[in-house]
Amino acid sequence: MAARTLTINGTLISARSNETVLEAAREAGISIPTLCHLDGLSEVGACRLCLVEIAGSPKLQPACHTTVTEGMEVQTDTPRLKAHRRAIVELLFAERNHICAVCVASGHCELQQLAVEVGMSHVRYEYLSPDCSVDISHARFGIDHNRCVLCTRCVRACDEVEGVHTWDIAGRGTNARLITDLNVPWGEATSCTSCGKCLLACPTGAIFSRGSTVAELERDASRIATIVAARNERW
Amino acid sequence: MMEFQDLQIMAEQERTRRKAIRIHCCTSSGCQASGALELFHQLQAAVEAAGQNERVDIIGVGCMGFCGQGPMVSVEADGVLFEHVRPEQAPEIIASLDGGPCNVKQGDHAHPFFARQMHIVRRNGGVIDPERIEEYIAVGGYQALYHVLHEMSPAEVIDAITRSGLRGRGGAGYPTGLKWATVAKSPGERKFVICNGDEGDPGAFMDRSILESDPHLILEGMSIAAYAVGADQGYLYVRGEYPLAIARLQKAIAQARKHDLLGSQIFDTSFNFRVDIRVGAGAFVCGEETALIASIEGRRGQPRPRPPYPAEHGLWGYPTLINNVETFGNIAPIITNGADWYAGIGTERSKGTKVFALTGKVRNTGLIEVPMGMTIREIVEELGGGTPDGTPVKGVQTGGPSGGCIPEALFDTPVDYESLAEVGSIMGSGGMVVMDATTNMVEIARFYMEFCMDESCGKCIPCRTGTVQMYRLLSKISAGQATAADLATLEQLCHLLRETSLCGLGQSAPNPVQSTLRYFREEYERLLRKRVTINLTSR
Repeated sequence: MAARTLTINGTLISARSNETVLEAAREAGISIPTLCHLDGLSEVGACRLCLVEIAGSPKLQPACHTTVTEGMEVQTDTPRLKAHRRAIVELLFAERNHICAVCVASGHCELQQLAVEVGMSHVRYEYLSPDCSVDISHARFGIDHNRCVLCTRCVRACDEVEGVHTWDIAGRGTNARLITDLNVPWGEATSCTSCGKCLLACPTGAIFSRGSTVAELERDASRIATIVAARNERW
Repeated sequence: MMEFQDLQIMAEQERTRRKAIRIHCCTSSGCQASGALELFHQLQAAVEAAGQNERVDIIGVGCMGFCGQGPMVSVEADGVLFEHVRPEQAPEIIASLDGGPCNVKQGDHAHPFFARQMHIVRRNGGVIDPERIEEYIAVGGYQALYHVLHEMSPAEVIDAITRSGLRGRGGAGYPTGLKWATVAKSPGERKFVICNGDEGDPGAFMDRSILESDPHLILEGMSIAAYAVGADQGYLYVRGEYPLAIARLQKAIAQARKHDLLGSQIFDTSFNFRVDIRVGAGAFVCGEETALIASIEGRRGQPRPRPPYPAEHGLWGYPTLINNVETFGNIAPIITNGADWYAGIGTERSKGTKVFALTGKVRNTGLIEVPMGMTIREIVEELGGGTPDGTPVKGVQTGGPSGGCIPEALFDTPVDYESLAEVGSIMGSGGMVVMDATTNMVEIARFYMEFCMDESCGKCIPCRTGTVQMYRLLSKISAGQATAADLATLEQLCHLLRETSLCGLGQSAPNPVQSTLRYFREEYERLLRKRVTINLTSR
């Protein structure tokens, strides 16, 4: 595996030739905000939070989906990128009904953490306040669509790691909703193995274990990567 | 096995079986909607009743272009053109062949709407019966494919397309020859050719008309492309809202297979090519190439980040060539007439012709094919004939929800990829909506934003929720409820979507807003609420 050298924010770093800019940056201790990325899952480049500036490219590129090249010059933290990231996080908060004070994930929530990271002091956009349902038909888990950010981490964890594909998305645009099987209540989704990987993967309090209450939901999303790594080692 | 001689024999047989008089009746979607099928049957009955069966043939043909004047009927030999024909007028038309009186409204071939056009892609529209391969072969069809397979190497074909200067007609204008060369050079066990017929811009119907009027032209173009890039399987992705186009393509594919023009060892060479139709389920975003590929693969129609481009990593991971319907329509004519002929038409960087769907507040609506470089003024005023009631023209919208509005002051802009981009719009797939002085530009922007909001797939955050916020802000401005701060937020969102959206739909969604703000800003500002100042000292 050949090595590549590149600069991120002016610092020279080295990376393996098949690494993404995101991987190389994190290895070098440079933080790039992400939401739809989760170690161990495929990249979809959907949240647009990891967009970076690359010298010579007029378009911003998602760090999670861009492979390093020799001599690449990357900027991850310019005022332009900061403004975009803050706007995207604000748009997410305005899209559904995110009320930290009554959320199981408060204090352990990636969306909440992102808001702090990007310096979101208030939301400039109109709250859309959509009418979202809560599905607690499953014996062990529940999903509160009010808190879903449509990152599809649960969809990919279920499909790629558990190999089941219980989860998917129905509908278009802001009307898109997570569904189980062919849009039946989760408890009736016969394909679900109740493995809980979707729960591990969820960045917010959207998917929760039943019985947990405000701020109780702590989970370790890195277990998905551990499972994948363990399988790769053994098989 | 089909040989060149067989093509010539078929063409000759077709020409000799023709009757003395051919009457063309348009049976495309537009004219069908105003009763063309009934008219077609009445014309046949009238021929029968007049005992003219030996002499007169009624041919159901594809689109003649002047859709606003449909149903259209033309008499081939003497070039008489009838407009707005009602079924009960059929006997009158048949009687007029022998000098009988005829009060049916007649059109004029010398009218600028026809005279200023140049037909390459639409040359068979309104001339041949799209449901019979024999008619296509009689006008020289499939000879370009024969020529390519027997006399040209794939590299020579790509070179010809490159030298012709043809650029993608789907909207972005990527050089077609370069795209073909990339697919040809990409390593892969298999390769695919896809024809993008998921035309979805409001008011655009160029591709529908081409597919309905001349399906074999597209099959021939795809076959030539497949030979050039080394593909053996093609897919025609057509939106489900085009049932007639799908039916005619199915028929055309069956006919081409029957005559060994699709299938194995075409024209007795080692070239194999099969084409299947995939019907889109109504999502606008499936016109985006990576979403279209996902849809063909049976997955949810959503785009993915590029690179890798489909040319290297496309359908099921194989190198894939995707071109628009109109692009494929140009291929056979380029091979037949030569790259230099094609490169001689149009402007320096935009070659050939472009088909536009001319609609809106304009006297002559329909499909036009004009050489690149014609000015917007010529199109709107000469071909279009200005507004129906003489109200001054305010502007024209090109490129649909990804395009922009061009004000009347800039109507001398020539129609080519670079010039349209310079004035803040795009060529797009070819929708051209004329707007008069009564048109409210904020409402136009709101209309297109609502379209983008409804059609956003929901994958990336800026497009999914940004379009909703922009639509709400535009509604607020339109209702007179917005402030200058709202307008500033709208402009920031335009910038955000352009720079951060995942695919072209989101990146270009701000175009209608930004172009109307650029040229008609006072219409927005007039609607803003004034800041209310409260004088506290007077209390």
